[in-house]
Amino acid sequence: MISVEQYLALSAVMFVIGVVGVLVRRNAIIVFMSIELMLNSVNLTLVAFSAYLGDVTGQMLVFFVMTVAAAEAAVGLAIIIALYRIRQTVNIDDINILKW
Amino acid sequence: MLDNYIPIFLMIAVGVLFGIIMVKLNEWLGPKRPSEEKLTTYESGMEPVRTARERFSVKFYLVAVLFILFDIEVVFLYPWAVSFKSLGWLGFVTMTVFVVILFLGFVYVWRKGALEWD
Amino acid sequence: MENNYLADLWNSSPIVCVVLTGLVLLLVESVRRGSGRLSYAVSLVGLASAGVLIVAVGDVAQPAFNNMIVQGPYAQFFTVIFLVTGILTILLSRGYLDRQGIHRSEYYLLVVFAISGMMLLAYAMDLIVVFLGIELMSICLYILAGFMRTRGTSMEAALKYFLLGAFATGFLLYGIALIYGSTGTTNLEQIAKSFAEHSASPMFLVGVSFLLVAFAFKVAAVPFHMWAPDVYEGAPTMVTAFMSTGVKAAGFAAFVAVFMRSFQYAGSPVNDVLAAIAAASMIIGNVTALAQVNLKRMLAYSSVAHAGYILVGLAAGNADGFMGILFYLVAYVVVNVGAFGILSLVEDSNGQKLSYDDYAGFSAQRPFLAALMSIFMFSLAGIPPFAGFFGKYYVFLAAVKADMIWLAVLGVLTSLVSVYYYLRLVILMYFREGSGDVAVRPTWAAMLSIGFAAYLVIQFGIFPSIVVDAALKVF
Repeated sequence: MISVEQYLALSAVMFVIGVVGVLVRRNAIIVFMSIELMLNSVNLTLVAFSAYLGDVTGQMLVFFVMTVAAAEAAVGLAIIIALYRIRQTVNIDDINILKW
Repeated sequence: MLDNYIPIFLMIAVGVLFGIIMVKLNEWLGPKRPSEEKLTTYESGMEPVRTARERFSVKFYLVAVLFILFDIEVVFLYPWAVSFKSLGWLGFVTMTVFVVILFLGFVYVWRKGALEWD
Repeated sequence: MENNYLADLWNSSPIVCVVLTGLVLLLVESVRRGSGRLSYAVSLVGLASAGVLIVAVGDVAQPAFNNMIVQGPYAQFFTVIFLVTGILTILLSRGYLDRQGIHRSEYYLLVVFAISGMMLLAYAMDLIVVFLGIELMSICLYILAGFMRTRGTSMEAALKYFLLGAFATGFLLYGIALIYGSTGTTNLEQIAKSFAEHSASPMFLVGVSFLLVAFAFKVAAVPFHMWAPDVYEGAPTMVTAFMSTGVKAAGFAAFVAVFMRSFQYAGSPVNDVLAAIAAASMIIGNVTALAQVNLKRMLAYSSVAHAGYILVGLAAGNADGFMGILFYLVAYVVVNVGAFGILSLVEDSNGQKLSYDDYAGFSAQRPFLAALMSIFMFSLAGIPPFAGFFGKYYVFLAAVKADMIWLAVLGVLTSLVSVYYYLRLVILMYFREGSGDVAVRPTWAAMLSIGFAAYLVIQFGIFPSIVVDAALKVF
C-alpha cells in the first residue's frame, strides 16, 4: 500500500524538477515541457489528496487542469512556431531584442 | 489444489506448442523467393523516398494541436456519462450547451480552413 | 432544482452575456470571414448589455452554482471596471489596428473572452473558479500579446509572457492543491472559516505563499515583475493598455478576494511579506522608471510601482486599505487607458515614435491631446485635484492606521521620485521645440474614449465621493 505521503513526496520532487528545468534549460520547448511537468505533478498531488480525503473536488480540479494545460500547450506551441519562423531559433537566450 | 488447474496448464501448453509448430512448418514447407520489391518497407504501398528523420509539414502540427484540444474535452463527458441517471435532464441540458460551444469552436476551425490539407 | 438553476443563471447573467458575445463573435467570423467592423460593433453591444445586466441583477450578495461564484457588490464593482476598460480599449483599438494593418475580428473575440475570465475572478468564491478565471484571461492575452505575428518584438513579448505566465500558473495550482490538502476544501468561505485552525499547519502556509507568488506575478509586483517591461514594450500598444489596466485590476480582484476576504491574515507573517513586496515594488518600479527612454517601458515600470501602492492597501489589511485599493484601481485604470490611448495614436505603423523625444513640442501640434496627456501624467504622479491623488491618499491613510507608518512614508517619498519622470513628458510636450511633425489621425471613437477617460479622472479627483460611496457599499 502506497501512503499519501509517498505520493506527495513524488509530486513534490516532480514539481521541483519542473521548476529547475524552467530556470536552467534554454530551449523554449524544453522550458515548456518542464512547465507541463509542474502541472502534472500538481495533478498527482490533487488526486492523492482527493483519495486521502475521500472528496471528489480534487479530481474535478484535475480535469480542469488537464483541459487548461491542453489549451495552453496549443497556444504556447503556436507562439513558439510563429517566433521560430521569424527568428529561426527557439533558444530563449537568443530571443533578446527586448532585454529581459 | 493445484491439481484442479492441470487441464488449464495442459490447454495453455498445447496452444503454445501448436502455434510454434504451425509457424515452423510454414517456414520449412513454404517456398522462399525474396525479391527487392518484397523487401521494401511498404510492400505494394508507397515508395519510401527519404529518411524519416527530417522536418515535416507544419500541417501535421496543426492537426495534432486541434486533435488535442477537441480530444481532451472528453474528460468532461466521461464523468457526466457515469452519473447520467442521477443528473437527469438538467445535466443533459448542461452537457448539450457544453457540446454546442465546442461545436461552435469546431465550425470556426473548419471555416477558417484549418482542416483543409492542401 | 430547476428554479434554482434559473436563479443561478440570472445571478451570473453578466458573465453569461459576455461569454455569449464571444461565441457570437466566433460565429460571425465563421460565417463571414474578415468581418472586423461587424465584430467591433457586436463586441461593443455585448459588453454594453452586460453592463445593463449588472445593474439589473442588483447588489444583494447571492451565491450561485453551489457556492462556486457569488454575485454581489464586490463582483459588481469590479465588473464595471472591466467592462469600462474593455469598451474603452475596443473603441481605441479599431483605429490602432487599422493603422498597424492587423485589423482582424479575432482581436475583439480575444478581448471579450479575456473580460469574461476577469469577471470570473471578481465573482469567484472557489479556488477552482479563480484558477479558471486566471487561465481564461491569460491564455487570451498570450495570443493578444503576439497579435502582430510578423513583428519580432511582438512575438518575443508573447513568448516571454507565455512562459512566465504558465510558470506562475504552476505555482498557483500547487498552492491550491496544498490548501485543498490541508483544509479539505477549495471553497473560499469554508477556507476562511477554518483559517485560524489551519494557519499553523506548514503545508497550508506553503500553499498560501505559492498563491502569493502567483498573484504577485499577475499584478507585476517585485520580485516577480521581470516580465512586465519586456511584454509591455513588445505587445501591440492597445494590448498593453488592456494588460496594464484590465489584467492588473483582475489580478487584484482575485488577490483581494482570496487574501483579504478569505484569509483574514491581519497580524500574521503574511502581512509583513505583503508589506515587503509593496515596499520593493514602489522603490524598484519608480527608480527604474527614471532611466527609461521608451514611454511604454516607462509606463511598465510605473505600473510595477502602482502595483506597489495598491499592495500597501493590501498590507494594511483594514477597511481603509480595502477602500483605498478599490479607489486606486479605478483611478489607475482610467488614467492608463487614456495614456496608452494617446501613445497608440502617436505610434507609427512600424512601432516607432514611442520615446520621450518624439513628444517634444507635441503641444504645438496637438494642443488638446497634449493637455489630456498632461492630465493623465499629473494623475499618475498623484498631484491633486486628479483621481490619482485620492487613490494614494486612501492607501497611505490605511497604512498609517494599521501602524505601518514607515510604509506610508516610503510611499510618499517614492511618489516624489515618480514626479520627475511623469512631468518630464509634460515639460517636453510644452517647453521643447519639436523636430518633425507627428502624424496623428485619431478616429472620433478614439478621441471620445480618451476624452471620457480624462473626464473621469477629473470627476473622480474633484468628487471622490462617487467612487468612495460605491466602494463603501462593497465592504
